[in-house]
Amino acid sequence: MRVLPSGSTALLVELDDLDAVLALYAALAEQPPDGVVDIVPAARTVLLVTGPGRTSLSAVADAVRAATPRPDARAGGEVVELPVHYDGEDLEDLAGLLDLSPEELVHRHTGKEWIVAFGGFAPGFGYLTQPGGQWDVPRRSTPRTKVPPGSVALAGEFSGVYPRESPGGWQLIGRTDVAVFDLDRDPPALLRPGVGVRFVDAGSR
Amino acid sequence: MTRALTVLRAGPFTTVQDAGRPGQAALGIVRSGACDRSVYRQANRLVGNPEDFAVLEATYGGLAVRAEADLMVVTTGARCAGPFPHAAPTPLRRGTELRLGPPETGLRTYLAVRGGIDVPPVLGSRATDVLSGLGPAAVADGDVLPIGAPIEPVPGVDVAPVPDIPGGEVTVAVLPGPRADWFGDAGWTALTGQVWTVTDESNRVGLRLDGTPLERLRGGELPSEGMVRGALQVPPSGLPVLFLADHPVTGGYPVIGYVADEPIRSDVDRCGQLRPGQTLRFKAMTS
Repeated sequence: MRVLPSGSTALLVELDDLDAVLALYAALAEQPPDGVVDIVPAARTVLLVTGPGRTSLSAVADAVRAATPRPDARAGGEVVELPVHYDGEDLEDLAGLLDLSPEELVHRHTGKEWIVAFGGFAPGFGYLTQPGGQWDVPRRSTPRTKVPPGSVALAGEFSGVYPRESPGGWQLIGRTDVAVFDLDRDPPALLRPGVGVRFVDAGSR
Repeated sequence: MTRALTVLRAGPFTTVQDAGRPGQAALGIVRSGACDRSVYRQANRLVGNPEDFAVLEATYGGLAVRAEADLMVVTTGARCAGPFPHAAPTPLRRGTELRLGPPETGLRTYLAVRGGIDVPPVLGSRATDVLSGLGPAAVADGDVLPIGAPIEPVPGVDVAPVPDIPGGEVTVAVLPGPRADWFGDAGWTALTGQVWTVTDESNRVGLRLDGTPLERLRGGELPSEGMVRGALQVPPSGLPVLFLADHPVTGGYPVIGYVADEPIRSDVDRCGQLRPGQTLRFKAMTS
């Protein structure tokens, strides 16, 4: 674990891998260090942001070092089921690229539970990782300027669901009718870090 | 008599702002809120509002409003041309208008109304986040903005003795960021040793700076990581972006440094007052 400076109000904790991030985030989210208002997990890091004037950064660093990571935190947590119409524009091409049939790709996507590792791209967007999934998906060489909301996509080791229309370079494999970000729901984001996700093949429309 | 403010002219760019949405960054929701927090809070204090009430943030003046009830208002931040007294709480009687000209120096002027701008909050805040689109739409000509009821006594200040926002070159303190080592000592010297110019591609998301590009010592990609306001992120062009209120929650380019922020000093707020064309220096701060 390396604690890196991030200005007057924050610290960036760098870890070896995503699993270590998830385990530390689980521990910190359950019991945030005094004075910390935001905890932001990412692929290799956890950012801790303090409220102005409320605490010293060295005290926060001490609290992080003293935290006991919780590698078990995913088990028994909330699981969201997302029905997906697997008719995405990139499904056939991507399956070919990965040496799979489209059916096999869908089977891999639905076969095992995913975990929301972190967010950050847009409100309600979650980077989902599938333990043991071993995905390695290239991004599209030309990003789309408009990806429709509800698009289910893959890139790198991650899967994601676009909360609203936005540009995007991920490979689109399907679409869900579930609103993953809804301001009229509490909490508005369905895909919060630590939440489990099960994709279900909802057939074609 | 409904307490409201009618927007006659929104000017170049006006939004509703408050203290923002802390605590939701893990969901991809940035704090947002007023770009210059210190003068925003001052505006609220001057009309007897709690410090976190919603106000109007006018960019380069140009805002014109009419009171639909007897109201009390104040402007802080960039001092706009026109007859309206600055940093002085002033009654705005029903039917009277307030017109702000362009500011002589500074960029953002805060108009606080006693009782606060009472548009519906989104996720606990009335701030417009221009990057994510959360919060109310930018203020438009013809908008009628509801004003809340006052809840605290008027402080009885006639005028706050505030200095004008500086024009010309501004120097702010900078601390090393998490990826300063990607640029080495030479990069740090290049960051702190030159004059940067604020370009006209700047907005509430950040200031895009022009100057001699910073050179990376190493290649490779950085997995996206979290950042806060004041970050100096260096994209492949080598020209830093200084992130302001509506910055992305995470970014995939290395952050070489951070402009000093509260509670040490409010240099990030001062950066929120810089206009395109203004020049900026970073002075290394040892902490």
